[in-house]
Amino acid sequence: MTPDTFEIAGRSYQSRLLIGTGKYKDFEETRAAIEMSGAEIVTVAIRRTNIGQDANEPNLLDFISPDKYTILPNTAGCYTAVEAVRTCKLARELLDGHDLVKLEVLGDQKTLYPEMRETLLAAEELVNDGFKVMVYTNDDPIAAKKFEEMGCVAVMPLGSLIGSGLGILNPHNIRIILEEAKVPIIVDAGVGTASDAALAMELGCEGVLMNSAVAHANNPVLMASAMKKAIEAGREAFLAGRMEKKAYASASSPLGGLSR
Amino acid sequence: MQLQVNGDSLEFEGRTISDLLARLEIHGRRLAVEVNRDIIPKSEHAAYALNDGDIVEIVHAIGGG
Repeated sequence: MTPDTFEIAGRSYQSRLLIGTGKYKDFEETRAAIEMSGAEIVTVAIRRTNIGQDANEPNLLDFISPDKYTILPNTAGCYTAVEAVRTCKLARELLDGHDLVKLEVLGDQKTLYPEMRETLLAAEELVNDGFKVMVYTNDDPIAAKKFEEMGCVAVMPLGSLIGSGLGILNPHNIRIILEEAKVPIIVDAGVGTASDAALAMELGCEGVLMNSAVAHANNPVLMASAMKKAIEAGREAFLAGRMEKKAYASASSPLGGLSR
Repeated sequence: MQLQVNGDSLEFEGRTISDLLARLEIHGRRLAVEVNRDIIPKSEHAAYALNDGDIVEIVHAIGGG
């Protein structure tokens, strides 16, 4: 069997789980959960460095080394295309020219729903500037197509609201997006537990990006393990091709030869 | 000179970005620096002279999803 890898921006990966580094208790827990998840692509946020505090304060990238992981800087907290583009440029400088980014431009704090007009503007500018853009979007098939045509390297529709853990609320839309897509489709946001991740993979998504589902589990390291298995199981189920659903029973044991 | 660093005023006696990072005890860390909204590449930190009133932003990577 040929290895079942997937490709983002010309690089191939074994793990289809992309994982965030936010909301953990400490960097030690972050490191342990991410290691357990088997993820190779890890998201980070870009923020002001604290000035005048402990000079020996630990740094996330000392725990999650860019030598080991593909670091995917996000634009979380950006509400305009201008802010998001600026954040990506800072990230590129920070990571020595690394140009893979997760673009998210948000509409409001209550829903953290993508602001589609600003997201489209930012995506266009970033692609033109040479960035490899993985874009967080709503589950709109038309928008997904636009991002693909624009040159985004992955389109990442939400399953449900960021941090909600509500799962994939509209699998039908995800399916339509998948039917048309020529770039990897990755469910980003909304996964709450292992079955949500498995469902995304069974639909045919190339991967799943999550943070809260692992970080906010009672035992994040154990949940990271569960997610790894769920994504592998969901992928295999997709490749295997599920049986058709039927309205009535169909006996699994032969009907003939019963002893009476 | 007086600088604005990450939103706070700072009295600074040195000259370059490298001097500033050393003064803040964050020299050699994985950072990105902006002066007056222009990104200044790491390779230029040692030579880039700051001016009174410059607005400096220093960012790094933190946990995020």
